[in-house]
Amino acid sequence: MSSHLPIVPIVLPMIAAPLCSLLRRPALIWPLTTGVGWLVFAACAALLMQVVESGPIVYTMANWDAPIGIEYRIDLLNAYILVLVSGIAAVVLLYAPQSAASELPQDRHHLFCAAFLLCLTGLLGITITGDAFNVYVFLEISSLASYALISVSRDPRALKAAYKYLIMGTIGATFILIAVGLMYMMTGTLNMADLAQRVKMVEDTRTILMAFAFLSIGIMLKIALFPMHAWLPNAYSYAPSLVTAFIAATSTKVSLYVFLRFVFTIFGAEYAFDTLGFNDVLLPLALLGIVVASAVAIYQTDLKRLLAYSSVAQIGYIVLGISMGTVTGLTAGLAHMFNHALMKGALFLAVGCIVLRLHSSRLEDMAGLGKRMPITSFAFVLGGLGLIGVPLTAGFISKWYLLLGTLELGWWPVTVLLLISSLLAVAYVWRFVEVAYFQPPPAEASSDEAPLSMQIPLWMLLATTLYFGLQTDVTAGLAQRAALWLLGGGQ
Amino acid sequence: MSAEMAIAVAILLPALGALLVALLGQSPNLRDCAMLSVATATFIVVCTLYPEVASGGRPTLHLLEVLPGLDLAFQIEPLGMLFSLVASGLWILTSLYAIGYMRGHHEENQTRFFAFFAVAISAALAAAFSGNMLTLFFSYEVLTLSTYPLVTHHRTPEALRAGRIYMGILLSTSIGLLLLGVLLTYHVAGTLSFIQGGILAGHATPLMTGILLFLYAYGTGKAALMPIHRWLPNAMVAPTPVSALLHAVAVVKTGVFTIVKVVVYIFGIDHLSSTGFHIYLAYIAGGTIVLSSLVAMQQDNLKARLAYSTISQLSYIVLGAALANAHGILGAGLHIAMHAFGKITLFFCAGAIMVALHKTEISDMRGIGRQMPFTMAAFIIGSLSIIGVPPLGGSWSKWYLALGAADTSHLLLVGVLMLSSLLNIAYLLPIPARAFFSKATSDDGHHGEGIHEAPLFCLIPLCLTALGCVLLFFFTDPIYQLLAPIVQP
Repeated sequence: MSSHLPIVPIVLPMIAAPLCSLLRRPALIWPLTTGVGWLVFAACAALLMQVVESGPIVYTMANWDAPIGIEYRIDLLNAYILVLVSGIAAVVLLYAPQSAASELPQDRHHLFCAAFLLCLTGLLGITITGDAFNVYVFLEISSLASYALISVSRDPRALKAAYKYLIMGTIGATFILIAVGLMYMMTGTLNMADLAQRVKMVEDTRTILMAFAFLSIGIMLKIALFPMHAWLPNAYSYAPSLVTAFIAATSTKVSLYVFLRFVFTIFGAEYAFDTLGFNDVLLPLALLGIVVASAVAIYQTDLKRLLAYSSVAQIGYIVLGISMGTVTGLTAGLAHMFNHALMKGALFLAVGCIVLRLHSSRLEDMAGLGKRMPITSFAFVLGGLGLIGVPLTAGFISKWYLLLGTLELGWWPVTVLLLISSLLAVAYVWRFVEVAYFQPPPAEASSDEAPLSMQIPLWMLLATTLYFGLQTDVTAGLAQRAALWLLGGGQ
Repeated sequence: MSAEMAIAVAILLPALGALLVALLGQSPNLRDCAMLSVATATFIVVCTLYPEVASGGRPTLHLLEVLPGLDLAFQIEPLGMLFSLVASGLWILTSLYAIGYMRGHHEENQTRFFAFFAVAISAALAAAFSGNMLTLFFSYEVLTLSTYPLVTHHRTPEALRAGRIYMGILLSTSIGLLLLGVLLTYHVAGTLSFIQGGILAGHATPLMTGILLFLYAYGTGKAALMPIHRWLPNAMVAPTPVSALLHAVAVVKTGVFTIVKVVVYIFGIDHLSSTGFHIYLAYIAGGTIVLSSLVAMQQDNLKARLAYSTISQLSYIVLGAALANAHGILGAGLHIAMHAFGKITLFFCAGAIMVALHKTEISDMRGIGRQMPFTMAAFIIGSLSIIGVPPLGGSWSKWYLALGAADTSHLLLVGVLMLSSLLNIAYLLPIPARAFFSKATSDDGHHGEGIHEAPLFCLIPLCLTALGCVLLFFFTDPIYQLLAPIVQP
């Protein structure tokens, strides 16, 4: 069994998805989906432990060896992402039934579960596979599933948002496909390990340069790097809350993983950064994203949209860390991928609790929320403190490495800009604080806390962000090992 | 109880107290009893640490490694010992006082108030005990966040505005400057531990040391150096016990304590004085002393006047640290304790007047000495201690500060200290003078003639702190002996 462990995270949700659409009864499908989610999480955690103990795992699909068959290759970097994605999925699924009952049409639950599981399959597949074309296939599975997940919302605007995401996402995916095609043309292989060796031999050809260009723009679209983020705020705002929590925490992170995988292990840091000077492109975009998106977030009137812009800014932090090209910078980027996923996941879950009771995510409707939903409001504030990077939260750890990275390089203006952006984060988090705690609740409002089945997952995620604010072996420690490995070209 | 245990217990007790207070919110009497016993227990635990520190021991507690090479660790040295004794000791009196004040003033949400109050004390003790700059920074931020609900306690638009300024200044300085200073220190020196003699010598160039000095001085917004002092007068919208313990003792003293501690254990006195940058900071502190005293004279609101007085007195401590010599540091350390007792007495009096007579403006306080003789007598003692008149505690710290200033041969700084004492007289003494020697205005006849003191819960603590001011004059030696090792080469 343990030798087949690597395919469990893919096969299990993939089989469960059609089952869900056949079973149709909410009482059956939710336990099934949740059970699958936790099993997948357990499998991913086991994989991570195995990798930490005994090094990378290679699994050949149906015993067809690499150049012909598809290979799953699990190393420290993607094991880390696997655990993150499956963990968030498992927690969100605990939360889902209650939230879905209020936000989704009653007759679509089975389809929703199926789409959710397919999305999970896709995200895990992208992460686990060692085959470049396979990445594209799973990318499409997860993307198509997420368009469906977003559009299922009762809000009619969600359809438009999903459509916009569909267009942008498809352009991104197509660019990635073109890049994979060009690389195949030059090297005759789709296996990433082989690609890594053969691309080096032809790296000064124009074809590989084009492949790199298509790939990087395609992925930038998927990770919503400023200014290619246009699809994100609408998609996050109008999707059902639990979808937003899941997608915000995982989808962009997986795309970032693809980015790291291709740039560092296939093209190599030397080619991307030294030969092409790619960090000169990433750095300004990241900085612009951080400042502009944080500033825009301050002026939002809708809490989900505010968090969405905050996500664009936080993605800027991660890309900034990557663009430094140093161990500290990359550690910061990787640690922040993890920490941001947990924090944003928790925040969107808190918003879901609020939406459940208020049927609105507009800030103006949240007057006096501190009295009406004291626990949820407090949870939101704690999560917000993480976004600011207050000590004792996970956000502080990533910011510490990020700032240390800029100091090591002597990038003074960047250091200052980062500190200013933390203050912008204070400003947008405090908008919620002032509405929730300083405005009197409307007269007819009663105290009405969200049910325990939603509070527990929310606090589980929050507790992890606080835990990883103090215990950084798993986040920063593994991130540093992964960063060293990436800078060594993944050897 | 081992010293390690005692450190953990001293920090955790107030935090647990907060929880207990929150749980007992339904029955106010039980809640307040619990709070008083927690405060007393905390003080006793802190006291048990004193003998070891006084005899040269440095009890240490390593909690966990947050980042590689950076621990969450506590180590008690003399400055922290003194500060923790002052903060936890005065917490007992403030708790007593707060019970009288909050009930006498019919404040709402008392449970929330007492709970956050206890969290703030826990953070202040953690700051006092911190064994490295990272731990100190963590505690500093927790203190800022936990006092925000206290400052904005009344939830009025005015409180909201004050809260914005409070958070705005304290968070932007600590995130923008202090964090940068901490990171730079780590980048330059490779460690953040507090080590006798400093960690920067041999690592930082004089210019870098100067930059770091200003990052720390202005990053520590709680020290209220001008021009980042505005949060303190604004924080006075909080109920008086907050102003008394937090904004005269725990919070602001955490600020100046940070600066003194950084000067002694991060920069090292010798390294800092060799760069010459310290004297600029000394002049900034001197400027703050004089300017805020002048502003204090303009204030008619008693709490606002006391707030500006606090800003001025905090800069005494910053000045002492910035002198970077033995007398200066000793004076700064002593002043942490002396000013705490003097200023908390004055704030207690201000609150007592508010509870008993509902007066907040100094111009309305004519003749109140006849109605509140004990309160106003305590006010005089507190004022004289702040001014630095023997036989009151404040005279010793001013003595050492002046000695330290003279040692630097910048006589202007000595002049600043003397001028400031005169200004202190000018803005503090007219208040009791008016209270005792002017005729009462006629419009408040409804309180009648005769004695009308605040409730005993308010009165007793303020008499005790006034007594403390006197005792500190006669028993300064133990404090001096406690602090002396930190300035030995």
